[in-house]
Amino acid sequence: MKIIIKGGKVVDPANNINGDYDILVKDGIIEEVAKPGKIKADTTNAQEINAKGLHVFPGLVDAHCHLREPGFEYKEDIVSGTKSAAAGGFTSVACMPNTNPVIDNEAIVKYIINKAKKKGHANVFPIGAISKGMEGKELSNIGELKEAGVVAISDDGRPVVSSSLMKKAILYSGMFNIRVISHCEDLDIAEDGDVNEGEFSTRMGLIGIPAPAEEIMVSRELILSEYTGVPIHIAHISTELSVDLIRNAKRRGVKVTCETCPHYFSLTEEDVGEYNTNAKMNPPLRTQKDVEAIIAGIKDGTIDMIATDHAPQHKDEKNVEFGYAANGIVGFETALSVAIKYLVEPGHINMSDLARLMSEAPAKMLGINKGTLSVGADADITIIDSNKFVVVNVKKFISKSKNSPYDGFELKGLVSYTILGGKIYVY
Amino acid sequence: MQLSSKDLLGLKYLSKEEIQLILDNAVTMKKIILGKSKKAPHLLGKSIVTLFYENSTRTRLSFELAAKYLSANAANISSSSSSVAKGETLIDTGRTIDSMGTDILVMRHNISGAPHLLAKNIKASVVNAGDGINEHPTQALLDMYTILEKRGTVEGQKVAIVGDILHSRVARSNIWGLTKMGAQVSVAGPATMIPKDLDKMGIKVCDTVEDAITDADVVMGLRVQLERQKKSLFPSAREYSKFFGIDEKKLKLSKSDVIILHPGPVNRGLELTSALIDADNSFIDEQVTNGVAIRMAILYLLTRRENE
Repeated sequence: MKIIIKGGKVVDPANNINGDYDILVKDGIIEEVAKPGKIKADTTNAQEINAKGLHVFPGLVDAHCHLREPGFEYKEDIVSGTKSAAAGGFTSVACMPNTNPVIDNEAIVKYIINKAKKKGHANVFPIGAISKGMEGKELSNIGELKEAGVVAISDDGRPVVSSSLMKKAILYSGMFNIRVISHCEDLDIAEDGDVNEGEFSTRMGLIGIPAPAEEIMVSRELILSEYTGVPIHIAHISTELSVDLIRNAKRRGVKVTCETCPHYFSLTEEDVGEYNTNAKMNPPLRTQKDVEAIIAGIKDGTIDMIATDHAPQHKDEKNVEFGYAANGIVGFETALSVAIKYLVEPGHINMSDLARLMSEAPAKMLGINKGTLSVGADADITIIDSNKFVVVNVKKFISKSKNSPYDGFELKGLVSYTILGGKIYVY
Repeated sequence: MQLSSKDLLGLKYLSKEEIQLILDNAVTMKKIILGKSKKAPHLLGKSIVTLFYENSTRTRLSFELAAKYLSANAANISSSSSSVAKGETLIDTGRTIDSMGTDILVMRHNISGAPHLLAKNIKASVVNAGDGINEHPTQALLDMYTILEKRGTVEGQKVAIVGDILHSRVARSNIWGLTKMGAQVSVAGPATMIPKDLDKMGIKVCDTVEDAITDADVVMGLRVQLERQKKSLFPSAREYSKFFGIDEKKLKLSKSDVIILHPGPVNRGLELTSALIDADNSFIDEQVTNGVAIRMAILYLLTRRENE
């Protein structure tokens, strides 16, 4: 089976490609990339996609999401989650281990991989737990997890409190060549805060989470990475000082990578408004100054990638008192258009940077063979109409959950096609 | 003139004119309380329910008496003995009460913003009787009423608020209300109990209690919530009273005719010395009376809205 994608603006930073090309896909593999009309191979009977005026990206890769299966299928499952991912242009997603049971053993890893292979609409790469049961006490069987197919390890949402355990996790996982992803939060200083600490929390009468809750642990991970010489990945950074700390560490030669999420460069604490639980997340939305620092970090390469932190929550977990509401937002279906509107449109980055941030870089960090349109690569391709305005309507979300602070926002950029191993989804 | 919103969620949302309207109405209400027959027909045929998710004696009783003095049907629910204890959500509980023909639901909750959530989901008016660390609007209104009564005006008064500002919904409501009414507010307390960026609310944040109360017309002590002491916000009660408690010596820095207020219940000897609590210029008991008057005025004004 063949597909020819004609006349699109092909953006493939891994191969330094950014221009008009045709792409021929054969049997789920990229067969040929050539100037328009110059494909040499036989294209008879190929299904044609007219990509004129559209951007052709390597399929988007998300290094941080929650698919909720097993255990929390009322929020999301592997099928609904990957459908939501595909609708947002993602062809590969790495899912966090805070399921029930936790992804800390081979059986769960295999269950997720098999289910995704059979029924999923995206490639799913599980992330294993750092510690057994994510309890922060003993290392999980990291070697076996890697053999079973995990691409990284993390106790996301349950930060590793013990510096000793974190040091061991970094050293040990380094031997197996998989990255530790750290959710940086000093729970002690975060106390029971619900929003960013500052003018907003003071005005709204909410207990604030001080920025140091994130920054203290970012510092620790940078020190441990430098000390061990093993690379580390920092999840969802949200503050100005976190960006500075990582920038300085990179200058010192620390092998650190980090991600931010669309909400940290597009929204501030003010978007929580009158106790809107759909804007409650962890880390919390910060200030305008932080937003500007995050954008500066994206521009100068301090921030390596954009992850969604797709965290679906059931409406009954959001339609409650602010302090009781669950953290997190649906991320897959708005990430790309938020990034185009808030990063590309104002000229902070170009479309090639965007392909690097949302596809090439996360694939590289996870060590997966994705994020490129090289000949011979899997035909995971996202075709984007970057000029189209879209008004977010959560009722139309494909995810099982509807918790998004972007409801009613006008964003820019629409996924026209997501191609997964040669299978075409049209949106 | 009437209140613009169906609910009274906080002084953050009221205009100066609305605050004045409530204070004006409370004058009449106080006459009813002090009169021989404490019964007026203002709320005849209205139903008022108090729903308290936190323990309270004075606020709850104050609202219930306010409703009864104005001839309303008053009922109360406490979270420990109701469907709340069975795990019902706030919105479901609110809808149930709403469906029974309730006109005003008076609510106290340990989570900031809880009354706002309820107000959006029910037809009845919601009166915030304290939400988390956010607001306690009727307390601040009765404080302003007391200031008005004793000092003749709120505008231009120098009001010092001393203590745990971070966890005080009384302080936050007073800051909103007093600044709107043109008072000058200064605050002081242990740095661990001062919320971040507090100065951006248009008030003066002082490093010492002495600074805050110098030349004050009104000094307001806040209750030290000893139950929060496990978080180690201050070293000991002894040290607190020494540096942050208001005593005769510190009070000499204020104006000679300064008045002393406290939202109660007071920890004698901790935030205020016993002698100051009982002094002639302390109006802590009268605040309680004024609280009933303020709540009568609010209940009346909220029910009058729909009649117009």
